[in-house]
Amino acid sequence: MADGTTKQVRDHPEISVRPNERERGPIERREKTFELRDVSVHYGGSPAVKDVTMDIYRRNITALIGPSGCGKSTLLRCLNRMNDLIPSARVDGQILYQGIDLYGPKVDPVQVRKLIGMVFQKPNPFPKSIYDNIAFGPRTLGMKGEMDEIVENALRRAALWDEVKDRLGDNAYGMSGGQQQRLCIARAIAVDPDVVLMDEPCSALDPVSTFKIEDLMLELKEHYSIVIVTHNMQQAARVSDMTAFLTVEMTSDEKNRWGQVVEYDDTDKIFTNPADSRTEDYVSGRVG
Amino acid sequence: MVTQHLTVPEAAGRPARRLEADSRRYGEKAIKAFLALCAALSVITTVAIVVSLLGPAIGFFQHVPLTEFFGSTQWFPSQEFFGVLPLVMGTLNVVLWSMVFAIPIGLGAAIYLSEYAPRRVRKVIKPVLEVLAGIPTVAIGFFGFYFLVPLLRDIWPGDFLGGPPGAYMAGAAALCVGLMIVPIISSISEDAMSSVPSGLREGAYALGASRMRVALRVVVPAALSGIVASIVLGVSRAIGETMIVLMVAGNLANVSINPVDIVQAMTAYIGITATGDIATGTVEYDTIFAVGVLLFAMTLVMNLISIRFVRKFREVYE
Amino acid sequence: MSGQSGRVSGRVKFAADGARSATLAALGRQPGGQAVRNRLFAGLLVIAVGIALIGLAAILFDAFAKGQGRLGFDLLTKSTSANADRAGFREAIVGTAYLMALVVLMAVPIGVSAAVYLEEYANRERWWNRLIELNIQNLAAVPAVIYGILGLAFIARGPLGVGTVLFAGAVTLTLLVLPTVIIASREAIRAVPPSIREGSLALGATQWQTIWRQVLPAAMPGILTGVILAVSRALGEAAPLLLLGAFTFVTFLPNVFEGGFTALPVLIYNYARRAQEGMPEVAAAGIIIMLAVLLLMNSFAIWLRNRFEQKW
Repeated sequence: MADGTTKQVRDHPEISVRPNERERGPIERREKTFELRDVSVHYGGSPAVKDVTMDIYRRNITALIGPSGCGKSTLLRCLNRMNDLIPSARVDGQILYQGIDLYGPKVDPVQVRKLIGMVFQKPNPFPKSIYDNIAFGPRTLGMKGEMDEIVENALRRAALWDEVKDRLGDNAYGMSGGQQQRLCIARAIAVDPDVVLMDEPCSALDPVSTFKIEDLMLELKEHYSIVIVTHNMQQAARVSDMTAFLTVEMTSDEKNRWGQVVEYDDTDKIFTNPADSRTEDYVSGRVG
Repeated sequence: MVTQHLTVPEAAGRPARRLEADSRRYGEKAIKAFLALCAALSVITTVAIVVSLLGPAIGFFQHVPLTEFFGSTQWFPSQEFFGVLPLVMGTLNVVLWSMVFAIPIGLGAAIYLSEYAPRRVRKVIKPVLEVLAGIPTVAIGFFGFYFLVPLLRDIWPGDFLGGPPGAYMAGAAALCVGLMIVPIISSISEDAMSSVPSGLREGAYALGASRMRVALRVVVPAALSGIVASIVLGVSRAIGETMIVLMVAGNLANVSINPVDIVQAMTAYIGITATGDIATGTVEYDTIFAVGVLLFAMTLVMNLISIRFVRKFREVYE
Repeated sequence: MSGQSGRVSGRVKFAADGARSATLAALGRQPGGQAVRNRLFAGLLVIAVGIALIGLAAILFDAFAKGQGRLGFDLLTKSTSANADRAGFREAIVGTAYLMALVVLMAVPIGVSAAVYLEEYANRERWWNRLIELNIQNLAAVPAVIYGILGLAFIARGPLGVGTVLFAGAVTLTLLVLPTVIIASREAIRAVPPSIREGSLALGATQWQTIWRQVLPAAMPGILTGVILAVSRALGEAAPLLLLGAFTFVTFLPNVFEGGFTALPVLIYNYARRAQEGMPEVAAAGIIIMLAVLLLMNSFAIWLRNRFEQKW
């Protein structure tokens, strides 16, 4: 929240659904941030993810869940063109962001990443002070404004300000894992993005830090559209508005494996009344 | 529906943002070009070396037939004797005996550090050996001429190998070059031995093998390509060493493998001739380049072989 | 064994050989004789290390023994001279200092740039990049005297034609140590984890911004250590400078672009060759000075590495 206090919204970590968090109106009327049409990703010749068609909505938290190897991270990295960094990666299909073809010929990946930020699985703060970690983005991107203010706002929004305000000059590596990850979130939002992508942000953290970050996501939702990859189903159920379940398909000789979206819907529906039996098997813990 | 212009429209509290690049990023392209040029300098340097050697060398070989260069055993350029064999033998003499010294010492040190030495001892000895690698060759040459040769002369057993050495001695130069080479062999071999997975050692120990057996029959064979690479690299360094042979081995071209004799190595010849009084452009002066070509070719072959072996030793465990 | 089609992997083969040998040993000889052999072997190893260490000690000790009597500040103020009483290293020390300064000024930008290109931009598959790498590896092992010939042909004479001046010596030494700087810088850059680069790029920084603001600052301690090692090497190199005319007796302070020059290792060699009474002692004193400077530099490099090493 704006004054830095964290909101306690959770009672206990079971599969439960809170309708009051989900009121964003009927799906048909939600504003689209991303539109994916028949998106496939290949590394070298091998497919990683195939035929993904879905819409991601503004200021929703969209979760991608599924067993390991189903291409969730690969799909996520398409959204901010991080797959460009892998020479053998090829993205087919169409990804529209706010109606613009993200992979169009004149689109600059650097500009894309200013708008669509990313937080990684293992916290990766820079070997600099806490202050300089946050300030790096705005300084490098030439953002105008009082740097102290920008840093403070980012840290407040990431619910980290109170913990670090007296030691902004300390090296970021001295922080705990959970704090480092919140630092990375603050760093990402310091450049004022529109979307924040999170690739299993809590998988390297302890449960207490995980809960803090889940609370944080619910607050960040007010300002940013969030897409999160998680292998923790309960987490997806707790925080997300929409959930996509992916599964691993393979050729008959098991030489090629790739991921495909099985079902994508309102989180309530996915977890209480899924349409596909594979989804039901996965979320009920029978499989995966 | 795809919109044509690449601007994200204004939203509540956020200005419109462009997805196109701000500029063509010429700056970045120029930087990349500059960086590539710096890297390409290595190729340019090699080409320059070859050209600087070959140019005058070709001129030389127009006056002196290859058969004489490689066939004759007389090297007196001032009297137009251009057989390079004595110089090659001089280099070989020093290199051979330096290896006879350096290989056992270097390998012994490597095995000791890798398999026997307790950690604290290793921590001290390893850097100390590196110091040996950092001593300027002028200093080693000084030691060879003012200490080693007189010492050997004093303790020399009578007529052994033809009698006590004179002021200069190939064998003393070989000892000095060998000392210089020991860190190369010991360091690279020890690296190779350390990268042998401990599982291999532990398996042998568990079967009751002694340390010596593990070292000689398990670790050394496993690290062999790295060890060979280090030796080949050592030979290359020994061939190319100038100051020590200049100061200790002497400057008399001599076809001899006897370590007691005075010899002149190829590098020493180049060094002494370049600092002498011979006019440039003459055939005699161009001998520098002819010998240089030979020297470069020899070390090039050694280096390529060594690089091959290093690659092999990296591959086995990756 | 594994799924490999018929070919037994290297690891398995070594393990099998080692096991066979160990088993034979365990079931073979008597313990008594074997123990003696083991001790003998261990003893030989210690002797080997000992010989190397004694050799090192002898070199250092000899220089000290012969030179320490002649040591004094006058060596820094007296000029080059064939007279042992009047001989000093003034011009040589200044020459070496100028040379080292120029080498650093030239080798660091070029070497680090080449390393950045090879680590951050170059596509390893391309043949020209592999050729560059092969060249660097080879140049690292080319004899110093060959670099002298190169300098003579292309820099003192030939295209650049600056003459046998200090600048030619500096360029030649730069080319000599460039591979060392490149290799050390590459290692330092490679040690920076990819996650740092990803984090920077994900914020919308360009590749160069990432390199300049994150990778290079993080790699700086390693790069500096490499530079100091390279300069240490250049400081003691006499052979290439012999070919560039540094052997002559120079009694005036050097000018970078004009006139003759000399350097510390070359003058030491010059003095050491002379038969006059007292000259070897002067040479030995020069060696002590040179070793002292090298010791200082390398200690600084070690301190740098320990103080600033980043533990990822």
